[in-house]
Amino acid sequence: MCGIVGLFLKDKTLEPRLGAMLTDMLVTMTDRGPDSAGIAIYGGAEGDSAKLTVQSAQPDADFATLGDDLSARLGAPVTLQRKDTHAVLTLPQAQVAEARAALADLRPGLTVMSDGATIEIYKEVGLPRDVAQRFDISAMRGTHGVGHTRMATESAVTTQGAHPFSTGADQCLVHNGSLSNHNNWRRRLRREGIRIDSMNDTEVGAAYLTWKMQNGASLGDALKAALDDLDGFFTFVVGTKDGFGVVRDPIACKPAVMAETDQYVAFGSEYRALVGLPGIDTARVWEPEPATVYFWSH
Amino acid sequence: MQSFDLASQSLRDLNATLQAQAAQTNATQWEILNPRGAHAIAVGLDAPIEVTVRGSTGYYCAGMNKQAHVHITGSAGPGVAENMMSGTVIIDGDASQYAGATGRGGLLVIRGNASSRCGISMKGIDIVVEGNIGHMSAFMGQAGNLVVCGDAGDALGDSLYEARLFVRGSVKSLGADCIEKEMRPEHLEILRDLLARAAVDARPEEFRRYGSARKLYNFDIDNAAEY
Repeated sequence: MCGIVGLFLKDKTLEPRLGAMLTDMLVTMTDRGPDSAGIAIYGGAEGDSAKLTVQSAQPDADFATLGDDLSARLGAPVTLQRKDTHAVLTLPQAQVAEARAALADLRPGLTVMSDGATIEIYKEVGLPRDVAQRFDISAMRGTHGVGHTRMATESAVTTQGAHPFSTGADQCLVHNGSLSNHNNWRRRLRREGIRIDSMNDTEVGAAYLTWKMQNGASLGDALKAALDDLDGFFTFVVGTKDGFGVVRDPIACKPAVMAETDQYVAFGSEYRALVGLPGIDTARVWEPEPATVYFWSH
Repeated sequence: MQSFDLASQSLRDLNATLQAQAAQTNATQWEILNPRGAHAIAVGLDAPIEVTVRGSTGYYCAGMNKQAHVHITGSAGPGVAENMMSGTVIIDGDASQYAGATGRGGLLVIRGNASSRCGISMKGIDIVVEGNIGHMSAFMGQAGNLVVCGDAGDALGDSLYEARLFVRGSVKSLGADCIEKEMRPEHLEILRDLLARAAVDARPEEFRRYGSARKLYNFDIDNAAEY
């Protein structure tokens, strides 16, 4: 099954509540997938700095002096904000690639969850309520975000197998379904130089979109191309720095409900995920059509 | 009117209560508040009671219904009225995928649109949709009537047996072994009756009828490549 939620805010006054709204939505989807949960929040850019969200199985040891160690290596200021097993490193945007290489050397046990000007990703094994609490997601503000609760089918129940997946700056993808041609695409995309860290099918979907966009496609075009190239069942919700997109495969057996008001566009695997949103009784509520790309941007 | 509020009472209690109603019950009118998309509301009913669900429902509302009349004032999630045996289910809003799947009897009315696989494997149920229906509707339908006042999506009536399909608008494509058929007086009569029972204002003459070409019933060596 798996449960997906997404929220794209049009009304800036809701931005302080993004994390709380997304958390509530995701918790209602718990029984669609109790294995692991994750949330990507787009929190807004700060100057020329980039954010790297990293995760460690030994956070005490790994994070203790990480900010200073990385700063020394890069010769630039780095700040570290720890949240449980994750930490957000803020550093100059121009040095993201260098920082990734340095991290692999300084802390080989770290996993980089995401990089970008605004995105932060938090994900762990466990129920949505517990995962959201560990990272205090409810207190986070932002412009848009996506969440996922997983019932694993194609790869192991691990932190790395949880969604969202990010394979490009400020990009992320969550998925309900399963891809059947992901092994071929993983090999091909790796040959093309796209970074894929896990054996998970969804990460390949994310990497596919990153590859298309690196070659000049818009997110909308990349999603359209995915309909031809990715085989299997999927309802995808994707996030970019300023946008939010949805696409379902042509069979469309994985459920999807959307709601739109003047204040927001919201996505849920089920209507249950949307019932707590403001003004839902008068919102336009509909099911996204199969093989049709939907996209909103700020 | 008996009222049941799902904000404070449990779904299990609701269904147990409704299922316990005998044929001669005096509690014939029920209202369910705050459904909030919950699953399996008012399933397995078997008494001539009237149940109004005020709001939108999740998966499998009114599944396996017998005798009861269930009215949903919002929209319904996947599998509404699945395997209905008799009675009526009316949805004021839209219905998600596989509405009325495998239904054996009764009447399902959807005032809005139905999404994919509406009436899949229908076995005698009558379904009236005022809006449009999605792809693969009436797939492997065996008996009953599907009436669509709007348009039908791709692959309507794929691998159809004997169900009758009536569509007023356009059909995006017909599925394997589904063809348009002549509308004879007896079909107009069936349609008139269904539209009246569903309280839908439409003229039977505006519809086209689709049904099985009956070419897939038996193994045919010329179709070997299709299997």
